[in-house]
Amino acid sequence: MIDSLLAWWGLLADPFIEFSFMRRALVATLALSLSSAPLGVFLTLRRMSLLGDALSHAILPGVAIGFMLFGVSLTAMTLGGVLGGLIVVGLAGLISRSTVLKEDASLAAIYLVALALGITLISAQGTQLDLLHILFGSALGVDSAGLNLVTGVASATLIALAALYRGLVLESFDPVYLAASGRRSWVWQQGFLMLVVVNLVAGFQTLGTLMAVGLMMLPAVSARLWHDSLPAQLINASAQAMLAGVSGLLVSYYFNTPSGPTIIGCAGVLYLLSLLAAPGGWIQGRLPQKHRVA
Amino acid sequence: MGPWAGAAMIQLNNLTVSYRHHPALHHISGRFDKGSLTAVVGPNGAGKSTLLKSLVGVLPWASGAVSMAVSRERIAYLPQASEIDRSFPINVFDCVLLGTWSTAGPWRGMSRKLQGRIESALHQVGLEGFEARPVGTLSTGQMQRVLFARLLVQDAELILLDEPFNAVDSKTTQSLLELVRQWHGEQRTVIAVVHDDAQVRAFFPDALLLAREVVAWGRTPVVMTDANLRRARSMAEAWDEQAQECHTDAVLAGAHSGVAP
Repeated sequence: MIDSLLAWWGLLADPFIEFSFMRRALVATLALSLSSAPLGVFLTLRRMSLLGDALSHAILPGVAIGFMLFGVSLTAMTLGGVLGGLIVVGLAGLISRSTVLKEDASLAAIYLVALALGITLISAQGTQLDLLHILFGSALGVDSAGLNLVTGVASATLIALAALYRGLVLESFDPVYLAASGRRSWVWQQGFLMLVVVNLVAGFQTLGTLMAVGLMMLPAVSARLWHDSLPAQLINASAQAMLAGVSGLLVSYYFNTPSGPTIIGCAGVLYLLSLLAAPGGWIQGRLPQKHRVA
Repeated sequence: MGPWAGAAMIQLNNLTVSYRHHPALHHISGRFDKGSLTAVVGPNGAGKSTLLKSLVGVLPWASGAVSMAVSRERIAYLPQASEIDRSFPINVFDCVLLGTWSTAGPWRGMSRKLQGRIESALHQVGLEGFEARPVGTLSTGQMQRVLFARLLVQDAELILLDEPFNAVDSKTTQSLLELVRQWHGEQRTVIAVVHDDAQVRAFFPDALLLAREVVAWGRTPVVMTDANLRRARSMAEAWDEQAQECHTDAVLAGAHSGVAP
């Protein structure tokens, strides 16, 4: 009994004990799960589920310019990406506040232009493969600078999310009430989108674009199937993201599959299970329902 | 406006609000007195919601001036039911608690006293025991009660209600009207967009009849005459792509300065 438990423990823990790159990948994935999955919950609540995807493209020209000016420097490319993303988000917000366009429409327009600009810049540079490799990083290639970036961003995001929480809830639930209260209501939306940008850039460069967007959105979507209350959804989303991260890394280690897609695949499996088994899911909807008298 | 005296809560001076250069409301002048209870009536498209939205600052106005004898934090606004996302995962208690936003802001903590206020507000609208219910599980009438509880918690001096009794059954309407009457008794100023003429005559001392401009404004019996209502109906439907520019502002300005436009 004890022996088999120990054998299982070994199976689960050995890869991380043995290899430092596995440990770094683990920490980076867990940190990103903690911060970006809750952001994903807010995105789905605001019907902006596809925004993560759009923004991850919008970041491209900033990263490219950072690379052109300073070469392969994580700091330069990160700053470039964050700046690019913030400009896109700020412009989209400004346009939607001052014209008839809604936020999503103005964002779609700007991110397409940004993407085109980014691709042009990268092609002009010639050394496409290098840059693309860095752009779409891999969980197993996280170095300590990348690790500092992800954990720093995750910590800052959680603190900022706590500070913005009440305003964000109000702004998502009843924006007209917030606007009528007279305080500058767009501050909440903009602050929130900045957090999304920073998380995407951090995740994007250390773990890859699929990981950055996938860990943000997939667990958030499945968490909604489980709970009626927002705090529970936020915790559930982070927990699912962490579970997907750990199991994905282990699967990719033992079966020699690429780490990023495997982690997102695991999140996909959790989504499938949630779809089937969660209170808001398929099976519960099909079962004959007993109801109470009141 | 009107023959009665009293301090002004809101003074409108030639207010115009337009969507793409077509006026939703134009040349609105007049005043809402402190402590008055006014029904805003008029056909669809008359600019009733537009008036409330521009008073509360959600819609910018094109020209004219609005002066209010109350700070922004002391104004409560209940939008039409469709403007709230009822699928949002928030429970009844938290929703009512958001009524403290203008005083508590984004960070201040919740006290025992505040909790008592929330509970008594829920009691007043007849929803005790509903604290933990997600708002998505409420009926339309229950949701409207929750929003009235939030208005109670807001403790505002000026309360603007946009079609508060739409799609609400008569029993709920009666108890919500009772709250409106209570606010009126507490000297709060209440302005409500209402569609039911009988309700306006029975409950609202003052009325403002709109058809993109003021048709009549004053004591309800004087405003709600058949002739006025007919006039409002015939005025509201006009929308002309090629309509000429309105020069009333220039005329008014000219009259003030004594120079012909």
